[in-house]
Amino acid sequence: MSKPKTNVLYDSWVMFKRCLLIAMRNPEALAMATITPFALMFLFGTVFGSIANVGDFNYIDFIVPGIILQSVAQAAQYSAINVTTDMTKGIIDRFRSMPISKSAVLTGHTGAGVARNTITTTVIIGTAFIIGFRPQAGFMDWLMIVGFLLLIIIAMSLIAVLCGLISKTPEGTSGLMFPLFILPFVSSGFAPTETMPRGLSWFAENQPMTPIIDTIRNLMLGLPADNSLWIALAWCVGIIVAAFVAAAQIYRRKLQ
Amino acid sequence: MESIISVSSLKKSFKSNHVLNDVSFKIPKGSVFALLGSNGAGKTTIVKILSTLLKPDGGSALICGYDVVRQGDYVRGCISLTGQFAAVDEVLTGRENLKLIGQLKRLPDGKNKVDEWLRFFDLEDAANRQVSTYSGGMRRRLDIAMSLMDSPQVLFLDEPTTGLDPQNRIAMWDLVKGLVSEGTTVFLTTQYLEEAEYLADNIAILHGGKIIAEGTTEELRKLLPPAKKEYIEKQPSLEEVFLALIGEKKEGGHHE
Repeated sequence: MSKPKTNVLYDSWVMFKRCLLIAMRNPEALAMATITPFALMFLFGTVFGSIANVGDFNYIDFIVPGIILQSVAQAAQYSAINVTTDMTKGIIDRFRSMPISKSAVLTGHTGAGVARNTITTTVIIGTAFIIGFRPQAGFMDWLMIVGFLLLIIIAMSLIAVLCGLISKTPEGTSGLMFPLFILPFVSSGFAPTETMPRGLSWFAENQPMTPIIDTIRNLMLGLPADNSLWIALAWCVGIIVAAFVAAAQIYRRKLQ
Repeated sequence: MESIISVSSLKKSFKSNHVLNDVSFKIPKGSVFALLGSNGAGKTTIVKILSTLLKPDGGSALICGYDVVRQGDYVRGCISLTGQFAAVDEVLTGRENLKLIGQLKRLPDGKNKVDEWLRFFDLEDAANRQVSTYSGGMRRRLDIAMSLMDSPQVLFLDEPTTGLDPQNRIAMWDLVKGLVSEGTTVFLTTQYLEEAEYLADNIAILHGGKIIAEGTTEELRKLLPPAKKEYIEKQPSLEEVFLALIGEKKEGGHHE
């Protein structure tokens, strides 16, 4: 009857499926994850594309990385809200009183966030192709792009879980996540940082979104890599480690 | 008789608020134990400690022979918790909620169990509807069905009838009687004296952080001075009127 050993992989897998099911029951979130990036891409690519001047690039080629980051941040807030809902409603007490792995709740949410954002990202790149995105990346470049995007998605999903744990109400969670989906706009995502007012351009150049976006853009457009690659990699790995450690700490503290 | 729960000198404080000072009791296997107390007396704190959600500051508690602090996984394997607030996934259907528990508890015949409990709790028609559309009584029934999926040895019911209408309350009472006749031990907290009197083999009264009285209803009655005989006309209670009008009787069989 009693099972002293819990299986973290199996429990996480069940929780992962649960989180995906919950996501599918929220049409607003589904729309956010697919239609919004589509609309954003269309809006920026066509409406602003004709007036935007980004040097030698086509505007649509220029903005794809920024749109990806913005949309992933936007979609991640729904993972965060689901975490807050789990933590503040009675369900967490049920899970905790069952003979299952305690961390499975969080790994399930993180996994589901990664899965959803991978879909979002694929939709964005597909849409971009339709409206004129012409990347110059070779096979190896694409492998690196996929790897990089996965790192970013994992980082964002972990930040979402962390925000979800910190917040006391689902409404508050959106507020906590807000800076994350403003950051891509104040980066090199939609306009070169040199064109910004001085204070703003300093901020844009030193926040993580800019090296990440620059790196993906260089890879996509077949431009030579600069040291933004290493800065971006450091930011991603740093964020993943920090968010993971912080989430684990807060989760443990909340359970006591 | 063999004790399935034995608690001795349990202590718990939240900052300077000493909720439990020195709580001890034993519960025989296969009986109903009712913990009575006013709001804030610490009933839920005791339930949380026994269901391994909260660590006590002192004292010890054994369930099914396992220590709740040191052998949490074993304890969790033999109990189920139904907390004060329904621990269900609102956006999932009743069936999906039960299925999830079946998967997490790795029941080999999960699907049959799901059908069995849906039928037992009269939730077949609502099985494929989202829980957010359920009434309070249906939600409670689903909540308890989730706790019963793997036929636990000990079932905790924290104020199971708070907020239920008289019909659902009586159905709950019948359920508890049925479970106990099949050998389950039920640990119940309640503010309703009538409920404890009707259901419980043993009653403990929690007050000021201590169990101030414990025993069967008969034993507790003996603590008071002998009853004086007075003759009064017995008016039907409003509850009896209500039940007569809607065509149900208190002893009237199982509510299905």
